[in-house]
Amino acid sequence: MTLPVPVPLAIDAPWGLIVAIKTLVVLSVIPAGALILGYVFLLKMMSHMQSRLGPMDPGGFHGWFQLIGDGIKFIQKEDIIPAEADRRVFMAAPVVVLISTFLLYIVVPAGPRLVVADLDVGVFYALAVSSLSVIGVLMAGWASANKYALLGALRAAAQLIAYELPLVLAVVGVVIQAGTMSLQGIVHFQQDGSLFGWNGLGFPLILTQFFGFVIFLIAAQAELTQTPFDMPVAESELVAGYMVEYTGFRFLFFFMGEFGTAFAFAGIAATLFLGGWSIPHVHGTLADVLGPIVLFTKVMIVSFLIFWARFTYPRFREDQLQAIAWKYLIPLSLANILATGIFKVVF
Amino acid sequence: MTLDFRAEALIQKHLADARINIELETEGMVLNLGPQHPATHGTLRVVVKLDGERVVSADPVIGYMHRGYEKLTEFRTYPQITTLINRIDWLSSFANEVPFIHGAELLMGVEAPPRAEYIRTILTELSRIATFVLFLGEMALQVGAITPAFYGFRDREHVLNLIEAATGGRFHPNFNRIGGLKVDLPQGWIDETRRVMKKIFDSVDDFEGLVVGNEIFAVRTRGVGVIPAGVGAAYGVSGSNLRASGVDWDLRRDGPEYLVYKDLDWRVWTHSDGDSFARYWVRMQETRESCRMVLQMLDGLPAGPIMAKVPRIIKVPEGEVWVNTENPLGEMGYYLISKGATGPFRTKIRSASFSNVSILPWLLKGVYVPDIITILASLYFILGDIDR
Amino acid sequence: MTDAVEPAANELPAEGDDIPIVEPDPEPEPEPMPEAAAKLLAQLEKELKDGIIESGHTFGDLVVRVTPEAWRKAAEVARDKLECDYLSFVSGIDWMPAPKVGGDDAEGDTSAPAQPTETTYGVAGSDGRFQVFARVSSTSRHHGVTLKVDVDEAAPSIASWVSVYPGADWHERECWEMFGISFDGHPGMRHLYLPAEFEGHPLRKDFPLLSREIKPWPGLVDVEPMPGEEVVQEVIPE
Repeated sequence: MTLPVPVPLAIDAPWGLIVAIKTLVVLSVIPAGALILGYVFLLKMMSHMQSRLGPMDPGGFHGWFQLIGDGIKFIQKEDIIPAEADRRVFMAAPVVVLISTFLLYIVVPAGPRLVVADLDVGVFYALAVSSLSVIGVLMAGWASANKYALLGALRAAAQLIAYELPLVLAVVGVVIQAGTMSLQGIVHFQQDGSLFGWNGLGFPLILTQFFGFVIFLIAAQAELTQTPFDMPVAESELVAGYMVEYTGFRFLFFFMGEFGTAFAFAGIAATLFLGGWSIPHVHGTLADVLGPIVLFTKVMIVSFLIFWARFTYPRFREDQLQAIAWKYLIPLSLANILATGIFKVVF
Repeated sequence: MTLDFRAEALIQKHLADARINIELETEGMVLNLGPQHPATHGTLRVVVKLDGERVVSADPVIGYMHRGYEKLTEFRTYPQITTLINRIDWLSSFANEVPFIHGAELLMGVEAPPRAEYIRTILTELSRIATFVLFLGEMALQVGAITPAFYGFRDREHVLNLIEAATGGRFHPNFNRIGGLKVDLPQGWIDETRRVMKKIFDSVDDFEGLVVGNEIFAVRTRGVGVIPAGVGAAYGVSGSNLRASGVDWDLRRDGPEYLVYKDLDWRVWTHSDGDSFARYWVRMQETRESCRMVLQMLDGLPAGPIMAKVPRIIKVPEGEVWVNTENPLGEMGYYLISKGATGPFRTKIRSASFSNVSILPWLLKGVYVPDIITILASLYFILGDIDR
Repeated sequence: MTDAVEPAANELPAEGDDIPIVEPDPEPEPEPMPEAAAKLLAQLEKELKDGIIESGHTFGDLVVRVTPEAWRKAAEVARDKLECDYLSFVSGIDWMPAPKVGGDDAEGDTSAPAQPTETTYGVAGSDGRFQVFARVSSTSRHHGVTLKVDVDEAAPSIASWVSVYPGADWHERECWEMFGISFDGHPGMRHLYLPAEFEGHPLRKDFPLLSREIKPWPGLVDVEPMPGEEVVQEVIPE
């Protein structure tokens, strides 16, 4: 549905200004997304599920200021680096993790024209960049000069590498069906598609790629080191694992990285399987305005699933975790690709 | 004799290779679990030698909470000792007093009146329920699920409120006296207890669905930390741990008679596997069984005095007695040697967790690091019980 | 329950209290040994023959004192013939009466609830100051036996039970640490509760309880004054 009167929305601006604006937007979305996810799900939803209230005082209304206050508290804390730690690597590790998160936001579209860079190989790029965080985790664990941190980092490296494959393979089915690796292209495919000739709902890929969606969510849970895959950060054993020696704002970086990546992965899942920013039959300026809100809603739904699993399940042991990835998820996702290919050719 | 430079370079290269091989050779890593660690409930330290993620040897170091109770009892009178022994197993502290008081009463030839015995049994079973409900939540926490721990604490509060209403103390009631109890039950307590028992039934059903029915929990605990019955008994492992290995032995039924268990209709729960899952399952069933016992006792509570006639200054005549009871953590026993004074000559306190933890060096060989946590959680020891 | 005979020696004056005092019978007749305990004793005597020095019973439990040479064999007999698979504990007793805090000529009752000053031994007697005693029971037959053995005071040493009951490992470590009794055949005797540099053996009667040395036992504290009734003292001089 387009507006009857064309409204000029494009402003001719110098290239440097556009890059600066885009950088600022992404840099502000990461903490905002992390804060919202952390507050709604970690503080409030988890508390209510555990028959308690969560923070109620900070900020007055149901403690909405809690996480922001925590952030301020973290920033003003003393910066402790263990004497035996490798200083440069220790200081660089959280930054590497955050960079990986930052790079993920570049391809997620929030509207028909609201995307930092609509790469033709968007999906490929997103998955490749998300695996940069492994390096950051290993750096953190090794440079901490702490046996617990080392154990956590080694577990994390093994886990993150093992679950890259199901993550990638689950998405291949989507790419086969949509015919393009560009995330905007996939959204348009879902918006303009039709189900058995009826285009009222578009064609959300979750309907045919349901197994892919489930595998993607499980692999994303593992990539985010959330329970039931949180061996690297096993709280009752390693007490924060590879992050154990980090204090103050460096820990804040890890925290923001974790929740920011959760937001980004939920965004990618929503884009690939649920239709991203699109509502069928809404085009033009209305889509520009509604797009971010719709995407946000879908991200909340996916995050709800991720965090719900996190609070309920115990954690897997490392060898069981690896067995699930290599013996179950990878064959299943390969079968999914096979089935998708066959159906695409036959129908 | 000098070598020419080519031969020298070759030798240096070989030496460099040999150095790298030696440097890269890894030996086992020694990991200190504790004494400050969320998995060891209290100040237990387990020095573990690891080869990768497998344990080569484990050595528990205890004594961080050693308070010297056996020495202290030699310097106190009997009523003063009950305040001490409350604190051995602080989660079920009423149950600690019972064997000691019973031993002193045997030596004195005093019998507590029936109403006192019933109320003692009810409070012992209530402390068993309180301990086990916390265990159900807290073992799930050690395995990784955060939520059941909160449910465990929440439901334990109901029972602690009951104990507080009757005795005045949530954790250290100090309610037993030689010859009976301190005061009678408050009004309305019996009805409140019936309501709380119903809540505990519902809560244990919750745990069964949430934790026991969870596939991840089953995969983490089945087959982990198997204690064969013979080995367990030889180490002195007792209580639910031994019953989970298939040994049908419960001191409430099989030991010398104490309290009113012979009047009740109840059963002993055993499991044949002997792994961590079995220990969880047995304690879950025993919680339900304790609820049923409490309801039976509330129905059959006799009227009468709650304190037998004893002198103000308690002097226990000369003699020795061994009393052991089925405490929530296992078999707790007191060997009292009295010489006719107002205080004992020697008290040997046999605490359950001491023996339960002594099996760890044997049990932890060859398990993975996460399994150590599961095993520690399933054995369910309290530091005050180990260290006395 | 017997009726009042005469008031006990150091009882505080009771105001208007007429609770009858239960005074134990000073010379009780030795009760006959219960049948179950007698059967166990017969089995033990058959296996150990001369190893048993004395036996007794307390409230239905069998207590047997064996010779030091028969200590480990007694454990094996208990495990194999009596089917006692479960080890409760292994510990020690020091029969010496505790010395008075502050020396023999110190004023008043400064140490503890006053224990008799002459040395008496408990059920099944003893030859000297130290004894090691252990309790084993059977999970299938529901019976148990307490075994005692005398340990030489000058060189306290006894055979270790670790080869028979592996759980005795920690119990014997604690016994050594608390009483100074060493165990032959123990795989690695070291401190259990106390730090490695600790000197002395705390549960021996001549090892002082330091808190009593500093401040004497307040005695039988009967009633604490209500708040407001208490007389405020000046600082207690050194």
